[in-house]
Amino acid sequence: MSAPSTLGAARAVFAKELLLERRAPQTLIAMTLFSATTYVVFHFALNRDSVAGNLASGVLWVTITLASLLGIGRLFVSDRDEGGLEAFLLAPVDRSALLLAKAAALLSFLIALELVAVPLFALLLLGPTPSVGTWLRLALILLLADAGIAVVGTLVGAIAVQTRARDLITSLLALPLLLPVVIGAARSTAPLLSELGAGTLPSRWPVVLGLYDLIFGLLAYALFDYLVED
Amino acid sequence: MATVTEPAIVLDGLTRRYGERPALEDVSLELAAGQTLVVFGPNGAGKSTLLRVLATLLRPSAGSASVLGHDVRRDGWAVRGRIGFLGHDALLHGDLTAAENLAYHARLHGLDGARERIADVLAAVGLERRADDRVHTYSRGMVQRLAVCRAVLHDPQVLLLDEPRANLDPAASELVDPLIGRASGRTRVVTSHDPAGGLAEGDVALGLRAGRAALLAPAADVTTEQIGDLYR
Amino acid sequence: MPTSAKLYGTRLRGLAIATFVILTAGFALAAFYAPIEADQGFSQKIFYVHVPLAIVSLCGFIFGGICAIQHLRTGDPRHDLRSYTAIHQSLIFCAGALVTGSIWAKAAWGQWWVWDEPTLVSFLIVFLLYATYQPLRFSIEDPERQSRYASVFAIVAGAFVPLNFAAVRLANPLIHPRVLNSSGGSLPNDMRVAFYTCLVGMGLLFITLWKYEMASKHTRAQLRSLRRKLQSDDQAPVQGRSAAPRLTAP
Repeated sequence: MSAPSTLGAARAVFAKELLLERRAPQTLIAMTLFSATTYVVFHFALNRDSVAGNLASGVLWVTITLASLLGIGRLFVSDRDEGGLEAFLLAPVDRSALLLAKAAALLSFLIALELVAVPLFALLLLGPTPSVGTWLRLALILLLADAGIAVVGTLVGAIAVQTRARDLITSLLALPLLLPVVIGAARSTAPLLSELGAGTLPSRWPVVLGLYDLIFGLLAYALFDYLVED
Repeated sequence: MATVTEPAIVLDGLTRRYGERPALEDVSLELAAGQTLVVFGPNGAGKSTLLRVLATLLRPSAGSASVLGHDVRRDGWAVRGRIGFLGHDALLHGDLTAAENLAYHARLHGLDGARERIADVLAAVGLERRADDRVHTYSRGMVQRLAVCRAVLHDPQVLLLDEPRANLDPAASELVDPLIGRASGRTRVVTSHDPAGGLAEGDVALGLRAGRAALLAPAADVTTEQIGDLYR
Repeated sequence: MPTSAKLYGTRLRGLAIATFVILTAGFALAAFYAPIEADQGFSQKIFYVHVPLAIVSLCGFIFGGICAIQHLRTGDPRHDLRSYTAIHQSLIFCAGALVTGSIWAKAAWGQWWVWDEPTLVSFLIVFLLYATYQPLRFSIEDPERQSRYASVFAIVAGAFVPLNFAAVRLANPLIHPRVLNSSGGSLPNDMRVAFYTCLVGMGLLFITLWKYEMASKHTRAQLRSLRRKLQSDDQAPVQGRSAAPRLTAP
């Protein structure tokens, strides 16, 4: 018997997270339903049948950001309630494995969410019909943004689950920290959803998103141990 | 045959504070390999804290603790692979089956031949027919038996048991005995609220009161009245 | 720990006097010596209050982050106290920067808030983030965990500040030409004197308030420890939940 590698342990935790969600699918369903309902809210609040350009980008990213708050809040709840965190801490593995696994899980949930929520958005509210090339570019932005949300979300989720006001702290902490993601993602997406046909993807924003992901990824890696060790 | 002269557990002035209050204060002892330390004391005396420090779940505020020659602070890695911890929480996911729970723990400990090992321990505690049922369908006694399986799955040399017989009827208690009882031959630290039973089970008795070691002697030399005094 | 009170209590009076003198001089210079800016008029002078407040608050947040790093590395609760004090004071200074910034916006552009002033917007975001620091601390009961988590937050937030400024600035296509972007280089001489005096004065104000609060907390901790020594453990008053780090003087 040898101690598992960090990646091996991360894979084990990640597999468990997905298994748990498959068994009791709460988080993903909630996030998806929330997105759908939010589109309806936007329809009535903005009093519009279709949106394009900046408005479309805004509606999409507000919805995704708020839906991700649900996922962030739930990320560590099962560990706290059923002692999953302790089970992990008792194992001879690097604590970063938990960070990797949780961030990967959150990323997976976000991707799964967007596979439904983005087409739904196109169906319900989006005015222009994007081409395949536009969809691909949109997918790239979504991926970069999701990575940032996943990393920051894991940090915030780990902090919030130990407080007495988990749901409050989640929103309060996550929203300001995610603002650069919202800025970068929204500004990149707006020209893609423009009424006059998709414009070019401004190159600076994917770079900003990538930089954000990198910086927060490193920060999370450096600080995560202090959140889980007693 | 090499004789193991190094003690399995060494505590030296171990202190753990919670805010301003000490949960454990200046506890020192040595436990030889294969022996059982039974820990008595009222609630809040520090029994669970002691176990959790040994399990590397809590860091000492002062002093030191080492298990099998490895310091819990510096060599936490080495300690974790060699201990089996059974606390108040079963550390099991209700939505997963018993087999899945154990498989997860096996992966976390890098266990080879996990499937056979899981089948063996489940059979040993009489849960083999319920292996594919979700844990939230289990009774409390069954959960406790499964938790015992989890604790010994990776064949640890040291067992840290917080009231292991809780929720177990005599029949179940007998089933887990070869795994976590005296018969297992492992070094054990066990907390107990039962003076007579505890003293019978242990080699060394430690009585805690308000975090301090009020009593530390071979179990054979301790009377149940002395244990009772701890609670007054 | 009698030395700790001395460490934070000495030089307080001297520091306070110096702060008062320099800050007053700075304001006087700003009001009477510095020239009145051509297009914005007398109300532009709020710049001499707004910018020092802004700069000092940012430095305070960064300093809070550095103390937090020290705290995580050494586990010494005094670093946590330094971090806590720096951050919640910087928050007040940041609020001051926002208010004076708004006044300036009204004076310069006729509106109480402008979105195309990226620095002002970034300060709003930073304020909203750090405003969660104390609620976060308060919601964690275990004092050791509270300090640890607060330090993690302080470091993340500190790293976030420059990222935030960069992102907001990039998001803004137009940058209004304004005196704000001065690091002294584009300021004419007489403005420079007034500005730097105000800046130094504001910095001293921050330091004085910071030292004052540190001394007060340390003294209170000593008092508590003495009281506990005189009474038995049960009689000592139980401390309720608090967002502030608690020092345990031995």
